Amino acid sequence: MSATQTEVAEFEEQADRWFAENKPANPGFILPETFMEVGTDQQFEFLRDWQQKVYENGYVGMSWPKEFGGLGMDQVFQDIATKAMAKHRVPFLPNTIGLNWAGPLILAMGSQEEKSRYIKGILSAEDIWCQGFSEPDHGSDLGSAQCKAVKDGDEYVINGSKIWTSLGSYAKYMILIARTATGGPNKYAGLSFFLAPMQAEGIEPRPIKKLTGEYGFCQTFFNDARIPASCMIGKEGEGWKVAMATLMFERGAAGGQAGGLAMMDLSIDDIVELARRAKRNGKPAIEDPHVREELVDLITEARGNSHMAARAKVPGLATDWPTAISMSGKLRSSELKRRMCQFAISLQGANGARYVSSDAVDGGMWQRSYLNAFSGTIGGGTSQIQHNIIGERVLGLPKG
Amino acid sequence: MATIEFSEEQTMLMETAVDFCRKHSPIDRVRAQIEQSQSVDPAVWQEMVDLGWLGITVPEQYGGLGLSLADAVPIAESMGRHLMGSPFISTTLTTQALISSGSDAQRERWLPQIAAGTAASIALTEEDGNWNLTEIGSFATIQGDQLLLTAKKCFVQDAPEAGVIVVSARVDGDARLVAIAADQLPQGSLTRETVIDETRRSYTLEVDGLALPADQLLDRADFAAVEHAALLLLSAEMSGGLSGVLHVIIDYLTTRKQFDQYIGSYQSLKHPTVQILLSMEACRSHLYRAATCMAQGSIGELEAAVRMAKAQGSEAFAFAGDRAVQFHGGFGFTYECDAQLFLRRALWCQYQFGDAAYHRNLLAPLLLD
Repeated sequence: MSATQTEVAEFEEQADRWFAENKPANPGFILPETFMEVGTDQQFEFLRDWQQKVYENGYVGMSWPKEFGGLGMDQVFQDIATKAMAKHRVPFLPNTIGLNWAGPLILAMGSQEEKSRYIKGILSAEDIWCQGFSEPDHGSDLGSAQCKAVKDGDEYVINGSKIWTSLGSYAKYMILIARTATGGPNKYAGLSFFLAPMQAEGIEPRPIKKLTGEYGFCQTFFNDARIPASCMIGKEGEGWKVAMATLMFERGAAGGQAGGLAMMDLSIDDIVELARRAKRNGKPAIEDPHVREELVDLITEARGNSHMAARAKVPGLATDWPTAISMSGKLRSSELKRRMCQFAISLQGANGARYVSSDAVDGGMWQRSYLNAFSGTIGGGTSQIQHNIIGERVLGLPKG
Repeated sequence: MATIEFSEEQTMLMETAVDFCRKHSPIDRVRAQIEQSQSVDPAVWQEMVDLGWLGITVPEQYGGLGLSLADAVPIAESMGRHLMGSPFISTTLTTQALISSGSDAQRERWLPQIAAGTAASIALTEEDGNWNLTEIGSFATIQGDQLLLTAKKCFVQDAPEAGVIVVSARVDGDARLVAIAADQLPQGSLTRETVIDETRRSYTLEVDGLALPADQLLDRADFAAVEHAALLLLSAEMSGGLSGVLHVIIDYLTTRKQFDQYIGSYQSLKHPTVQILLSMEACRSHLYRAATCMAQGSIGELEAAVRMAKAQGSEAFAFAGDRAVQFHGGFGFTYECDAQLFLRRALWCQYQFGDAAYHRNLLAPLLLD
């Protein structure tokens, strides 16, 4: 049943009011911008409590089925709530892997029992999820995963390691790709997909210090870790198919996410505002012709991205390459963000050389955002790999 | 959030235009037409007239369909996709000038003939190449009920086929528009120009003290409406052209082998090709956002939208044409390779009505101040 206009309008007002009134006060410590940057217990607890509050008040998982903890409502309401979060610039919801990738995957492919066990905890942030795809020697090339899972009775024994496990120290579950067979017809055969419990003996997440000097990722080691065989989702040896379905959620190419703000997005308006405050030759930087041209270029690109999202909804305006827009979302937005940060630093004169400290422009957030922006252009498949994927799958160019 | 609307009329027009241009403008026909004196085969032009395309934006009372300029966008885009030349764009642009600046009597005089199939053209640019349409050297003086026009205008498209040409000139210091009927132009007023896009038929129009009835001075001088229309239609051609050149690139990258590999497997060619794809998607999105503003009459947003579309499209198409030639290697250096046709078209589109830097400069106060 679709929502009436009155219901939509009423909800818009309600959501707007709730986020205006409940936006958390500044916690007095610097907050991360994405789940990949959560580096301290203090940051984690603050964000987890926030997601819990948002869930308890009914603003996330609104379109997910009621029987598993959602609200069973029309997607339009969730979109409104998510928009209100962005508008009021509230903190993001930290259980990103659960809300956007693992949850939709379980709802699409999981059993009744799996849905009952996992979905509610994903929404309430009681059960944090992490992702075990990349390996130290195989960053973007998931198909070459070497982490082994050997069946032993009603358990699998896992050996190997995974890297870039965001929230690894806090997660209760991991979506894990491991190799259950070797010598198949190609490297993808023999991979299996697990919803693995992180507290199993033999699983050890070790925090990695990032280029920003902060923590926020783990390398997760598996030493004869035993997990129940029932943790497998999909059939043994068909993990690649499940992983690809998950990556479609990650790249934003499939719907079904729980919604909610996934990251604090840098807005081009913030940079225009910075250009007003920043000085160049004693005058506001925004009066400098080169600064103006670059700002216009960035705004044009940002609007182009948002117009692309609008055009993708018009079937009559698809091109000869109809998947181009959906497949390129991460590439376009992450590269734009990186460029915006670089430009923001360039507006600061000699102070561009400062880093997080009270003397730095805006406390050094631009420099930190720039370094962190690589998580977008590298994580989930580097921009270079994205070019390969789009070239091959969208344009039909031959593989190298 | 800014929306993009695409009406049933636009959908139907696009379907017709896609089939039409595919049928009438395959690349060998484009090349054959280059050798002809006109930009389009008269029989094909007649079919366009019969389809009612010239009257799309002409109000119903003057025999047209009374649709928005946004409805002409899918046609211009499809023509761009197939490098099809014709007076369609210059005629449609002239129609916009007559609608936005003509009096009732002036519209009554010129628009019905256009809707019935007479081509028209518009003469705005001058020898100095200035893109600012109101900074002009041509001038006219009014003497009684006569207007004496002294003008030298460049890049007048398909002028010999035009039944009416709208010319910009200063009158008492103000930039104005004057309509000239074809039979009022003295012999020798038109000289063919050599331009980079060989599918175009471009002319210099020169008159010295040409006497015209004063009522051919258009009532108003809405240069903004004319410029916005030109930017929208050129962006449509560029969006189509980007799609066309991308097909040329992909065809070569998936069939040409070097060092035992299809050259499309090399990342140095694959990655820029993806950049071209994404810039085409951006161009088409800016284009139809601008078309939506046009259709909805959102004048406040229209100017920024058309300038963005033109700025983004100009750079994207020029890059795509440039890379298309380069990726064809030695063959790309030959006249026989189709990449040059698109590169030449891209340069034409880029330098008509302002390049990317020009429009970004004008966008700055709209977006930043």
